[in-house]
Amino acid sequence: MARKITFSQAINEALSQEMARDESVIVMGEDNAGGAGSPGEQDAWGGVLGVTKGLFHKYPGRVLDTPLSEGGYIGAAVGAAACGMRPVAELMFIDFMGVCFDQIFNQAAKFRYMFGGKAVTPVVIRTMQGAGLRAAAQHSQMLTSLFTHIPGLKVVCPSTPYDAKGLLIQAIRDNDPVIFCEHKLLYSREGDVPEESYAIPFGEANVVREGDDVTIVTYGRMVHFATEAAEKLAKEGIQVEVIDLRTTSPLDEETLLESAERTGRVVVVDEANPRCSMATDIAALVAQRAFHSLKAPIELVTAPHTPAPFAGVLEDMYIPSAEKITAAVRKVRS
Amino acid sequence: MPVHMITMPKWGLSMEQGQVNGWLKALGEKVGKGDEVLDVETDKIASGVECAFDGILRRQIAKEGDTLPVGALLAVVSDEATTEAEIDQAVEAFQRDFVPASADAADAGPQPEKAQIGGRTIRYLKIGEGGTPVVLIHGFGGDLNNWLFNHADLAAHRAVWALDLPGHGESGKAVEAGDADELAASVIAFLDDRGIGRAHLVGHSMGSLVAMTVADKAPQRVASLSLIAGAGLGKEINREYIDGFVAGSSRNTIKPHLTKLFADPSLVTRQLVEDIVKYKRLEGVNEALQKIASSAFEGNVQRKLYRDRLATLAPRTLVIWGAQDQIIPASHAQGLAGDVSVHVVEGKGHMVQMEAASEVNRLLNDFFGD
Repeated sequence: MARKITFSQAINEALSQEMARDESVIVMGEDNAGGAGSPGEQDAWGGVLGVTKGLFHKYPGRVLDTPLSEGGYIGAAVGAAACGMRPVAELMFIDFMGVCFDQIFNQAAKFRYMFGGKAVTPVVIRTMQGAGLRAAAQHSQMLTSLFTHIPGLKVVCPSTPYDAKGLLIQAIRDNDPVIFCEHKLLYSREGDVPEESYAIPFGEANVVREGDDVTIVTYGRMVHFATEAAEKLAKEGIQVEVIDLRTTSPLDEETLLESAERTGRVVVVDEANPRCSMATDIAALVAQRAFHSLKAPIELVTAPHTPAPFAGVLEDMYIPSAEKITAAVRKVRS
Repeated sequence: MPVHMITMPKWGLSMEQGQVNGWLKALGEKVGKGDEVLDVETDKIASGVECAFDGILRRQIAKEGDTLPVGALLAVVSDEATTEAEIDQAVEAFQRDFVPASADAADAGPQPEKAQIGGRTIRYLKIGEGGTPVVLIHGFGGDLNNWLFNHADLAAHRAVWALDLPGHGESGKAVEAGDADELAASVIAFLDDRGIGRAHLVGHSMGSLVAMTVADKAPQRVASLSLIAGAGLGKEINREYIDGFVAGSSRNTIKPHLTKLFADPSLVTRQLVEDIVKYKRLEGVNEALQKIASSAFEGNVQRKLYRDRLATLAPRTLVIWGAQDQIIPASHAQGLAGDVSVHVVEGKGHMVQMEAASEVNRLLNDFFGD
């Protein structure tokens, strides 16, 4: 498995392999085809950051440009899924989800339940999230927990190119609506990815690093910061286990509780704002189910309860860092 | 006596660094060629680092817990006559000139290649040149990385090829029946494609069954057979392991089975389990493994046995087993008829070529002879 490709190439490859395998898979979104109706080159962009570039010519008629109307085309994708297609809709930034909440929360998430299991909605909504791109408060949010809150949705946050490919393939094959959250600062990250197709099951956390002293539970881009902290702490003899949730819904409770019971010290790292977040959700789960194993209060490392700042120096302070994670690990050890 | 340097070995293609787990020889202790001097762990596996010289351990340069790049100085071996100053000078010169290879250096050594052979992709790795070539055939669920402690060592004096069988590693995953005949035919097609006329075949586990089938079908292609923990030499097979390996899809479900491969279960590292889980996820792998398993085994019994005519299959035959093999019992190495050389390695398990790499390498090198 010596081949290294980037996170965005891994996503592109997953889409391409699933489109080749199943012709009901279609891709739709803003600038996915490169400006239909415009006099310019087709496939000029491949989405705002070029992730779907190349698919337009490979799969004629199956990569659709949509108007700048998320409410319209996300609704169309949900409807197409209910009618037998497997659409992968790209919703540029998760920050824009607000305009299509009804289509996602009240329609897609409810069909299977309200039609007694007779209807399936195999739609994937790919979306970018996360801070660090100097893109200001309306393009930098981590809204994973909003979707995790809703029964009927599955929520995926890959941290590596390998996971991005396998989880997206699983998402496309899944019969439920999946919110597939791509951290924009991971797109250029490289990693080993098999050329062949493979699916990573949902609800199976990845133990990135084993350790018996402290458990860090995290997901998405923060996995790399947590690993950096763990490597630094290992030099001091502190063995930190790093758990990458991979999917926040379904949640691999077993893996994180087993680890929490073993170490008795838990740090939850979440790039999102702190209230009603994955961090508080996991802290509650550990407090409820592993309370008697805990040797110290659970520590949370999150962004503050403010919008993401535009000023670079402030944005850097806003995002949890390896230093803050290291400090939290020391605190639960003291 | 010159001052000999023991350096961080390179086990397998992806190894860039190793962690020193502990010393097995004390400072000032006598060491011999083939002795394990210290334990090193990579992200894939832990093993002993061997000494290639007779002498006295004069320096332990690496500290326990150190993570060092491939080629870094670990220890110094010399004799009593060498002065402390001479050793210090040699160490200083080594450290001054040592440049760790960068991960993406062009001289990363031989890399696996892929070829379209018989309508499917076959991945293979060739190390070394000349001599009567050797072909390494891995076992059920394995791949060419199973030979990471053996491949380069055996290739010092000859060309050594390792391949991924159909359904395995990075070769094409589709198999028809998945029986020994089909797998052997793919090996013969590989020999044809790569222009290998006649080779020493080395098979591990199911790879032994494949090697014997090649010898049965195309005896002119086989210079010798080396069968390591081989299938096809007796009835029993640990079917629970086979089924567990096929059914396992996650770290937790597959790890308990993998620990049976080694006498020392601590050799099954997180990365080793992760690599197997990644392989198991690849499209077509489970279908292929199921076909291969059901054509090779009926319940707890191996279907195809060469035991009674083993000595007639090839001009020379070597059998190696780990005494504590939990997958195929080492008793299959006993009572083999005819001129067969048999070595049972005490205290080692099914992956004896990894667990006792130096001993297995010595046995193989001596056996090949040429």
